Amino acid sequence: MIEVNLWSGLRHVTGGATVVEVEGATVGAVLDALVAAHPGLAPFIEAGVSVAVDGEIITGDRFAEVPDGAEVFLMQRLKGG
Amino acid sequence: MAKDDVKQAYKLVGTRVLRPDGLDKVTGRARYGADFAMPGMLYGAVARSPHAHARIVSIDASKALALDGVKAVVTRADLPEGLTGEDWNLQENAMAGEVALYDGHAVAAVAATSALLAKDAARLIEVDYEVLPHVTDVDEAMKPDAPVIRPGAADHTVPDGMPPNVVKYFEFGRGDVEAGFAQADLVRERTYRTEATHQGYIEPQACVGQLGSDGKGEMWVTTQGQWYVRKMCADLLGLGVAQLRVTPSEIGGGFGGKTTVFMEPLSLALSRKAGGRPVKLVMDRAEVLRATGPTASASMDVKIGMKADGTMTAARAEFRMQGGAFPGSPVNEALECAFAPYKLAAVEHIGYDVLANRPKAAAYRAPGAPMGAFAAESLIDEMARELGLDPIELRLLNVVEEGDRSSYGPKFKRIGLREVLEATKVHPNFSVPLGPNQGRGVATGFWFNYNGDTSVSMAIAEDGTAQVAVGTPDIGGGRASIGLMVAETLGVPYEAVRINVVETGALGINEPTHGSRATFATGKAAVLATEQATREMCRRAAADWGIDPDAVEWVEGAAQPAGPNAGKFPPMSIAEIAGNMSNTGGPIAGHWEGVPRGVGASFGTHVADVEVDPETGRVTVLRYLVVQDAGRAIQPDYVEGQYQGGAVQGIGWALNEGYVYGADGRLQNAGFLDYRIPVASDLPMIDTVIVEVPNPGHPFGVRGVGETGITPPLPAIANAVAAATGVRLADLPMNPPRVLAAIRSRMDD
Repeated sequence: MIEVNLWSGLRHVTGGATVVEVEGATVGAVLDALVAAHPGLAPFIEAGVSVAVDGEIITGDRFAEVPDGAEVFLMQRLKGG
Repeated sequence: MAKDDVKQAYKLVGTRVLRPDGLDKVTGRARYGADFAMPGMLYGAVARSPHAHARIVSIDASKALALDGVKAVVTRADLPEGLTGEDWNLQENAMAGEVALYDGHAVAAVAATSALLAKDAARLIEVDYEVLPHVTDVDEAMKPDAPVIRPGAADHTVPDGMPPNVVKYFEFGRGDVEAGFAQADLVRERTYRTEATHQGYIEPQACVGQLGSDGKGEMWVTTQGQWYVRKMCADLLGLGVAQLRVTPSEIGGGFGGKTTVFMEPLSLALSRKAGGRPVKLVMDRAEVLRATGPTASASMDVKIGMKADGTMTAARAEFRMQGGAFPGSPVNEALECAFAPYKLAAVEHIGYDVLANRPKAAAYRAPGAPMGAFAAESLIDEMARELGLDPIELRLLNVVEEGDRSSYGPKFKRIGLREVLEATKVHPNFSVPLGPNQGRGVATGFWFNYNGDTSVSMAIAEDGTAQVAVGTPDIGGGRASIGLMVAETLGVPYEAVRINVVETGALGINEPTHGSRATFATGKAAVLATEQATREMCRRAAADWGIDPDAVEWVEGAAQPAGPNAGKFPPMSIAEIAGNMSNTGGPIAGHWEGVPRGVGASFGTHVADVEVDPETGRVTVLRYLVVQDAGRAIQPDYVEGQYQGGAVQGIGWALNEGYVYGADGRLQNAGFLDYRIPVASDLPMIDTVIVEVPNPGHPFGVRGVGETGITPPLPAIANAVAAATGVRLADLPMNPPRVLAAIRSRMDD
């Protein structure tokens, strides 16, 4: 199982939860599992997110591995100048 | 990549080699956006709204079209309908539809046989406006009675009941902040404001666009990202993306402001309407300031709890930012960076992205981070002074290190903030005695750094030199740093490698030079591509020697047997292998495409010494120190230049720069005389210290250096002014009238 830490502004679509447990071995699988568990997350994820896996912020790679027990944070997608 | 894989000893990396673009630039040979010309080329000009907010009742271009030499006029009616999301935002910003949303918003464009004629024709386009109420201030825009700029523009993030100009809402944090404040010996809460500033690149937007009736087109443009320009223009005009070919010019600064499009799609629309003749569009400075992206203006509340020894117990930030008449202010990034340097058990962030009648904000160097640092670091400094604590020791007490949880959530990988603070503490600037009306300010800043879509191709030439095709325009030394890394990997002189910034037809997609990514991401891709080529050269040597390719290794520019058991053969140099490649299987090349992993975040600490004239309020920067973790400085001259450039832009933001809007909503200072960026005579030499805590995610340890340098200057200067005057300014810019008023208000007290 993977514990995904959500930003607190998502509580209103997760029934108040800011940590959600899902199954998934890749970033894409984790994101799909999040939407399956809480369909209200879909527009947030479709708008673009970054996923931090054990401290590394991963953008644009649904196939990136998520090791079992990894610490995962959902973040809004970053932009730079 | 394991830490042990980061190389430690180099022949070329870390040396101060000559700039590859130096001769072109000092001789005027470098071709910038406005230098490009083609036979049969037309010149474009844009008619812009003089109103901050106005309904466009009608547009009559008949007088313009009647001029001899005017070949085309385009309005929004010439662009496709039905776009959504950011595509619609970009199209609406490039050319107003039903409503002009800010002073300077494009409403029509014209192409003619000369630039003068095009400008005259643009003035003859008659637009009938119905002027609407406007709002330009972020706090005013959030009031219940504020003019509503775009009804229904709020997205899914905004809870019910928010003011209608709030279009995005952010909330994140952890722990019990109220309990944290209750544990503190000192709790302070303040409000800070920053005005919008422009990226201030010296080269205005410029392009030549050509589009035929067959839907095939080309563009030559000054940009940080030719693939972004291609995709955006294609989407805005309804073209197939690959049918448009975009070539970047040499670039005269970007700082984030050239990662998007403004008038570029209009040159293509004009060209298409003018029978496919190329159309050149070059902005003047007033257009750049009125109609290209500045950064946001901000209004920010910060609350911090601190123990008597300086330990931070909790922090809270609530930021409001307007990014013009479109979503996209960097409020989320500002929040994420504000408390990033500090270990915090309890932290709360709330943000509002707000619409106002101003131009659409574009990225500006570490978007949002300077504002967030200004608010957080100003309050930390105020509290440190109140508690009688040394500003560096306070930061060391709360410093984040590898494994600590960041304020925005994930744990940090290897970072170098402690090393930065230790290097700052022992720098001579930190112990220079100060005189009357002088003050010293310290502040720390943070930027994530970034990777992004990256594609690189390299090839070996017949004489053993190498060419590398990259997709990231060189705005800060990318050609030199990538050239050094490729030469180091190949084992050839730096001068034997040429880095070419190529057009969109030459590589797979690349994100722009943004996010401090070029030396990290393009550099890592170039090293991996080069290693593919060296493996091929080892394979050819092995075939020649009749041994297993795995028994050959690449050492100092030659293939050689990996050990005594591999056989006894003299090294086969790159020149030998390259000179014979047409007889051994043909071209030798390497390429790499992907999103390079292993980004390394970076921190910097700045120390500003200022003197404030109590008679006039003028602030003079006496000395200025930048200490920043580069991971590895591939070419130290450029790294120091990035540090200095970031500091100077931040000094301008702190002291003088800022958009000034009149009561009519029009920009009052659309020129460099009134929008005053720092010039050399305003500044001391910016002292720099490069700290190197290698990033284990890059073969040479690179983190990225372009953005972190602008994050501490706003609070560093503000903290120095507070130390010099005894009064703290919470609104930027701290120009002489504001500083003088603050001094006089203190004297009145």
